[in-house]
Amino acid sequence: MTATAEPEVGKARLRKEDARLITGQTKWTDNLQLTGMLHMAVLRSPVAHARIRSIDCSRATAMPGVAIVLTGEDLAAEQGSLPCAWPITEDMLAPAAPALAVDQVNFAGEAVALVIADNAYRAADALAAIDVDYDELPVVLDLEEALQDNDLVHPDLGTNKSATWIFDSAEAGSGTNVEDEIASAEVVLERTFRQQRLIPSFMEPRSVVVDPSADMFTIWSATQIPHILRWMLAAVSGIAEHRIRVIAPDVGGGFGGKLQVTPEELLCLLVARRMGRPVKWTESRTESMLSGHHGRDQIQKITLSARRDGMVTGLKVELLADMGAYLRLVTPGIPILGAFMFNAIYKFAAYRFVCTNVFTNKVPTDAYRGAGRPEATFAIERMMDELAVELGRDPMELRQQNWIKHDEFPFSTVAGLTYDSGNYEAATDRAMELFDYSALREEQARRRSSRDPVQVGIGISTYTEMCGLAPSRVLGALRYAAGGWESASIRMLPTGKVEVITGTSPHGQGHETVWSQIVADRLGVPFEDVEVLHGDTASSHRGMDSYGSRSLAVGGTALVHAADKVLAKARRLAAHMMECDEADVEFATGSFSVRGTSTVRSLGDVVLAAHVAHDLPEGMEPGLDADATFDPDNFSFPHGTHLCATEVDTQTGMVRIRSYVAVDDVGTVVNPLIVDGQVHGGLAQGIAQALYEEAIHDETGTLTTATFADYLVPSAADLPAFMTARTATPATSNPLGVKGVGEAGTIASTPAVVNSVLDAVRHLGVRDIEMPLSPERVWTALRGGAAEASTPAAGGLGSIDSQGGQS
Amino acid sequence: MIPAEFRYLCPSTVDEAVRMLVEEGEDAKVIAGGQSLVPVLRMRLAAPTALIDIGGLTELTGVRDDGDSLLIGAMTTHYEVQRDHLIHDHALLLKLVTDTVADPQVRHRGTFGGSLCHADPAGDLLAPALALDAVMIIAGPGGRREVPASEFFVGYFETALAPDEILIDVRVPKYTGWGAHYEKLNRVAQAWSIVAVAAAVQISGGTIAAARVGLTNVGSGPVRAVDVESALVGQPVSAISDAALLASSGDGYKDNLARVLTDRALTAAVAG
Ligand SMILES: Cc1cc2nc3c(=O)[nH]c(=O)nc-3n(C[C@H](O)[C@H](O)[C@H](O)COP(=O)(O)OP(=O)(O)OC[C@H]3O[C@@H](n4cnc5c(N)ncnc54)[C@H](O)[C@@H]3O)c2cc1C
Repeated sequence: MTATAEPEVGKARLRKEDARLITGQTKWTDNLQLTGMLHMAVLRSPVAHARIRSIDCSRATAMPGVAIVLTGEDLAAEQGSLPCAWPITEDMLAPAAPALAVDQVNFAGEAVALVIADNAYRAADALAAIDVDYDELPVVLDLEEALQDNDLVHPDLGTNKSATWIFDSAEAGSGTNVEDEIASAEVVLERTFRQQRLIPSFMEPRSVVVDPSADMFTIWSATQIPHILRWMLAAVSGIAEHRIRVIAPDVGGGFGGKLQVTPEELLCLLVARRMGRPVKWTESRTESMLSGHHGRDQIQKITLSARRDGMVTGLKVELLADMGAYLRLVTPGIPILGAFMFNAIYKFAAYRFVCTNVFTNKVPTDAYRGAGRPEATFAIERMMDELAVELGRDPMELRQQNWIKHDEFPFSTVAGLTYDSGNYEAATDRAMELFDYSALREEQARRRSSRDPVQVGIGISTYTEMCGLAPSRVLGALRYAAGGWESASIRMLPTGKVEVITGTSPHGQGHETVWSQIVADRLGVPFEDVEVLHGDTASSHRGMDSYGSRSLAVGGTALVHAADKVLAKARRLAAHMMECDEADVEFATGSFSVRGTSTVRSLGDVVLAAHVAHDLPEGMEPGLDADATFDPDNFSFPHGTHLCATEVDTQTGMVRIRSYVAVDDVGTVVNPLIVDGQVHGGLAQGIAQALYEEAIHDETGTLTTATFADYLVPSAADLPAFMTARTATPATSNPLGVKGVGEAGTIASTPAVVNSVLDAVRHLGVRDIEMPLSPERVWTALRGGAAEASTPAAGGLGSIDSQGGQS
Repeated sequence: MIPAEFRYLCPSTVDEAVRMLVEEGEDAKVIAGGQSLVPVLRMRLAAPTALIDIGGLTELTGVRDDGDSLLIGAMTTHYEVQRDHLIHDHALLLKLVTDTVADPQVRHRGTFGGSLCHADPAGDLLAPALALDAVMIIAGPGGRREVPASEFFVGYFETALAPDEILIDVRVPKYTGWGAHYEKLNRVAQAWSIVAVAAAVQISGGTIAAARVGLTNVGSGPVRAVDVESALVGQPVSAISDAALLASSGDGYKDNLARVLTDRALTAAVAG
């Protein structure tokens, strides 16, 4: 359409929100201090599975500053069950999910009692004075054992199996029958991979403040989903929705970990209602790790069939997915999000996906960056390498043989999706060029023949993902309880400044900057003149929030539509003001003019005229504000080629990433700096799954990695200098041509790293190593030991409870 | 996380600090840089009734030249150890080890003495202190006493310090001109050592005149690889790899690391 002199879209603008975020000059939830505010502390179960015989609160209640001590029994009548919005099958089994355990605890870390006190210190002190008598039950931890139903997490359900979800290309009509393909195949590979359990390590711990005054419940929460939270809290608590206002102020990261309706949010609300006073709860890091939802945790059995010439034919995926003890907001649907991605960029004739969701006595799982898609990408990219090894083929060349060619788009996949656009050749060519593939292969050969103690490997990941969640009708077909649209509003202020209201809820991504760039181009106003409001249900009443790399593809599109509505109306008014025919009005760089004349009205003039409304065309309402809601027709499909070179020290098992090239095609790039930032962070988290992070439970179900001394999140010091580049094949499903970039790095990188390590040591007899590839696991595998050799990682604070030093 | 309540006391001399420890009884604790103690308090793994902050005792900071040895004040921070020229010239190993401890923030607060008193078997400063024959100078109600490192580290998070004693100085003999290296294997930069090896070597006329080797995190306390040390005396540098095999005889992962990292530490120490 129109543009300021130099287009904003494509500019590497520094993020306008960063100064206040980085210096802390903003309102994080925990910064809020309200008059008369009480503080909530949560007593958590130290055991993973037990009946609660009794809870004695008398000592705690008598402690100084304590206002009240509450147990699940006290709240049983009002707390209801925490919502699960994604019943994936009609017969899915879902246990009641009390926010505060009533008579049974099902994971270590589950909330069993609350202390409400006049300050956070006294609340914490009183926790130790609550006496709970537990009657311990057998603990169910292992997925495969859980399926035997010998011991049950929820005896009333009669089984540990929650649901089985199936996609079959023969039944769906999107492909042939996988069993036929396997039966007639020249090559059949079967592998089992474990997706370890991860913890979404957002920087700002969760925090909630509820103010019950003025006949309203105002809830501040460090959440990704203020709109969904408001809806769900109303549904669960019975408080009328219009009496609830949710504010997600600045939020310090989420990665899916704050895509949740948490027990503590509901509990703060109930306590504030009961006490008639504001209540705050802020978690500690350990509390976060013990009770905030975890991610991944699947066992993947993959069968791939192919012809000897390398063409893949069939793919069968059998998953066991660990739900943990309860079904949280979208727990059961996470593995299902991966169902459409196992076939990835390859042309399989047949595909079958069967996922069994299983309960265990562990923290519930739910969304974590990538949510289902990293798991799928890992499995297929590992399998393509396995096939290359089996056939003695170069792994890149084998992928090339099987992927969708750029002139085959749009392409209907065997999983039933339509990929609108892509160019895998272009991204791969660029990556190979940056990586210097052949030089590394030569070095690898040299090190192999000289038996160098340090071996080099190359790992490939040619990934795609589905973003832009989501077409509402697709979500409906998948039995998801909500829609996938997004909304935006533009308020044209009388001085010409612009307020944008978005239904997305940024928590670190930089929407304020990007949304401003889009509006600046669209309306021809200066970048600085745009203010973006978000995360408050009072100002932005309609939204579906931020997750699933959706905000720009869906919310950005709504914004474009709203801007177009503003302009359409402004154009009519401008024609009226310039006394010409609307068809003769031109708009460029923020000004309307009459074609072929020097008559000009700036957008500011038109905005003011609309605002004062002294002279409007017949029937026109005052003001130029506009709203738009966009429901996408299709997902968007970012893709790319990632190449990773690792050095493996065969004497110690230590893995070092030598170089990492990420070429991503995320469509049109609005802000390259932000896209790079998203890719870097994503890579860090994907590499972390490959090499470092793992939530470990001991045999009693205690999480032994509940501090950052034990749960190893890498820092810049542990990561290589990433080489990032892009190709740009615009998405056709939205006017911006954008695809989404929030999860790409995480989805792509894990298999690139693992493939690389295996490539380095395969000639030494190693076939597989379980993630994370700790030095001890790599060393043990090199000695011919079992892949999952490792002793559990050391306990608290690096070395306080154990010999320490995570190996 | 929030620690349990405690009283906070701020002595102005070592003698006053000792007196406070005696008066407060067994449940009082000294706090130095707080980098190990504060996490313990916040996780409520310990709940001392009183903290005696020795951070204000300037007499405990800094490094002094004491003839054949250095005297390192217990409150000397890691940051100061890294930059001290006496340590650089006469106990280079300590500088190199300290370079690997934690991150800059922690090194600005955490202290040399605090690390030794905390006696975490994964702590990096124990093995070099043992290998370099450091001597702990301790103040208590009965006056001062000296305890060699070999008797100071008693076990897992355990030292020879009595509850009413304070480490005031650490005497380290001078190793002027010795080559040194610390070979540390940890998974991410801020993680503790899985195993690490501290080595110092004196070369004279092309052969190894003396060697000191200390192992981090292979037992309940630091371990001195005496067999490796004695196997090297009078040997050429080429003897290092064989001698390093004596660092451990076991078959486990850590045993392997002890041998591999000893080899690497000694080789790098010799290379200077
Ligand atoms: C994030 C992080 C990472 C770390 N990484 C490493 C690492 O890689 N390697 C490593 O070696 N260390 C590491 N540390 C620990 C750090 O080195 C600490 O500084 C050190 O262990 C303790 O020193 P401090 O002065 O802080 O002692 P404090 O925490 O104050 O005290 C520790 C203990 O020693 C006692 N104590 C202290 N000083 C005296 C004294 N003079 N006399 C008697 N008792 C005393 C205290 O009572 C307490 O029991 C890390 C710490 C953190 C927080």
